[in-house]
Amino acid sequence: MNEAIQIVLFMVALAALSPLLGRYMAKVFIGEKHFMKPVFGWLETSIYKVSGVKSEEEMNWKTYLYGVLLFNLFGMVVLFLLQMFQAYLPLNTEKLPNVSWHLSFNTAASFITNTNWQSYSGENTLSYLVQMMGLTVQNFVSAATGIAVVLALIRGLTRKTTDALGNFWADMTRSVIYVLLPLSIILTMVFVSQGAVQTFSHYVKATTLQGTEQVIPLGPAASQSVIKQLGTNGGGFFNANAAHPFESPTPFTNFLEMLALLIISSSLVFTYGHYMKSKRQARAIFITMFILFAVGLAISLWSEYSHNNVLNISGNMEGKETRFGVANSVLFSVVTTDASCGAVNCMHDSLSPLSGMVSMFNMMLGEIIFGGVGSGLYGIIIFIILTVFIAGLMVGRTPEYLGKKIEAFEMKMAILAILAPSIVIKLFSAIACSIPAGVSSLNNAGPHGLSEILYAFSSAAGNNGSAFGGLNANTVFYNLMIGFDMLIGRFGIIVPVMAIAGSMAKKKVTPVSSGTFRTDNWLFVMLLISVILIVGGLTFFPPLALGPIVEHFLMNLGVTF
Amino acid sequence: MKTQTIIALKFLLVMTILTGIIYPLLMTGLAQLGFPSKANGSLIMKDGKVIGSELIGQKFDSSIYFWSRPSAIGYNPIPSGASNYGPTSDTLKKQVGARRVFFAKMNSLSDPLSTPKEMVFASGSGLDPHISPEAALVQADRVIKARHLNDNQKEELLKKIKDMTQAPQFLCLGEPRINVLILNLELDKIGQNLPVR
Repeated sequence: MNEAIQIVLFMVALAALSPLLGRYMAKVFIGEKHFMKPVFGWLETSIYKVSGVKSEEEMNWKTYLYGVLLFNLFGMVVLFLLQMFQAYLPLNTEKLPNVSWHLSFNTAASFITNTNWQSYSGENTLSYLVQMMGLTVQNFVSAATGIAVVLALIRGLTRKTTDALGNFWADMTRSVIYVLLPLSIILTMVFVSQGAVQTFSHYVKATTLQGTEQVIPLGPAASQSVIKQLGTNGGGFFNANAAHPFESPTPFTNFLEMLALLIISSSLVFTYGHYMKSKRQARAIFITMFILFAVGLAISLWSEYSHNNVLNISGNMEGKETRFGVANSVLFSVVTTDASCGAVNCMHDSLSPLSGMVSMFNMMLGEIIFGGVGSGLYGIIIFIILTVFIAGLMVGRTPEYLGKKIEAFEMKMAILAILAPSIVIKLFSAIACSIPAGVSSLNNAGPHGLSEILYAFSSAAGNNGSAFGGLNANTVFYNLMIGFDMLIGRFGIIVPVMAIAGSMAKKKVTPVSSGTFRTDNWLFVMLLISVILIVGGLTFFPPLALGPIVEHFLMNLGVTF
Repeated sequence: MKTQTIIALKFLLVMTILTGIIYPLLMTGLAQLGFPSKANGSLIMKDGKVIGSELIGQKFDSSIYFWSRPSAIGYNPIPSGASNYGPTSDTLKKQVGARRVFFAKMNSLSDPLSTPKEMVFASGSGLDPHISPEAALVQADRVIKARHLNDNQKEELLKKIKDMTQAPQFLCLGEPRINVLILNLELDKIGQNLPVR
């Protein structure tokens, strides 16, 4: 009963808050007056002044994309160097050595792509300086990059006969200072009030009640912990991520973490509605995402509460925390893989086979069930374009979206964006399964071993970052493979999305007529869900059948590995 | 394009200063002012020495203490972590079986399967500071015997377990739970008697 109340409460909070935040963000990005302007307006103008940004100067898609790529490249180089030389830099209270080149590459790729895959374990790998000036910074700006790209796409879709898609630097600045920063500041204080740590002190040596020594790690964790949720980043300050009592000390912080990681992505849908001047269009997208979320959650809950014949228990607690219990752990696992967050409050490796599969499938679909901040929305818009195209073929009309014709160029780009992550997931998983460097990292045997590999590459390509943590990913092979996987999963979508934005912006709008195929009704919602599931299903059913599905049946027979 | 390059560099620098230096410093300052004890790890002191953190579980396996959950890292927090054994793992099956038998034997439970589930499964962080109230209650008899507590002390202990049980937060969030380290500190206050001859 209590479980049901918590889940309903979460859903209600999400559905109630999203339109409000969506409206606020629309005001911020359209440039209307809003209540944070008097508070941080001075900061916005000074950032423009210092970095030489002319915020009113709009960019075409190529200049905008150039800004995105260049900024990310510089961010990656800086983060790479910070890790490579952390031993010589200040604020290294625990005298940690320099990070290896392949782990530095992996973590740098991981954080600029908003993936935040953890090959590292924070407590014994990264200094406070790297955590702050490297990871926390990328937590903000990689999320802002996602928002900026989706804003460019939205402008491309809703404007007509123009080249102008907005100013990348202005979009970044506004995302950070009016959305991410204020929310982070409030949440950090709430988290600290619950017990999350926020300090620059050394680790503390304690002598436990039974007389052994225990070193207690500390650090500026709360401030990073909240932005990693808000920005759908997910890289933990500590290795155990949101299961760690210093990151998420109470059920209340757990609830806020789940809300924080989904709220910006779901609100952006309503922001899009304001740009389209159509609440119905936004609602259709929100409902699509919500249905996919709810169905996944139902399957995952059913599976996790079913009897495990191997361990002779229902709702096992392996990898779960007492304060959260089973329901919150399952809810978190679904929410964090719907959004491309990847923070975890329980260990996904130990979830029941089909619960693990739901998490994996959420990521394989391309992180479009709310998805990452910004990236979720541009991801589902790609699927909308595909759906409109397929519907157009069925009725024999030129496909249109928001009054604009979808033509060969947009379709090529949309297919590229859908195929790029799928291809790397399957190709890289196949390579990892075939060579000793891939298989030797496994923690579990049998079909669960395949799931570990499949999960890793799905997580990386979807820019999620959660893991079947048993896989030892801190090897040269995995650090490089997963690093490239993340970069392709991110920029393999951003580049075609920006190209679509550019070409759509140039087009004329044809007025709505009785023959227009509507994209704001239930028929379209159902079509969109079908297309998403068919594309995802056809691509990934075979490997899923060999991994989690066969494991589920073997578990019922009591087989172990 | 060249202007964009220069802007990109400057912008990264500005963002690094704002979100990488000012933001964490400001938050640390405010946290230290507002919630100094919590921001520094909710440390518990005894006789001027740190004996642990309220939020970080400790290993308890002595018969005179309430036990904490199994931990894949043996409650050594550097780094935190879990077993990551899957649902069809043979190792996990054996571990769970052995833990059930051992727990049932030590706490005089007739059926190993009645062992509370969090006592046979390792936590996600490896540092779970809590167990369920049921898991505390089934251990009470063992602790009472090991400490040779008299009837008054026994009653005091049972009352403590009841008082220290944390209900779900705001009536509905999370699970009822009890902090093992704090419970054992209270237990030490109740004391320990010499065996009755």
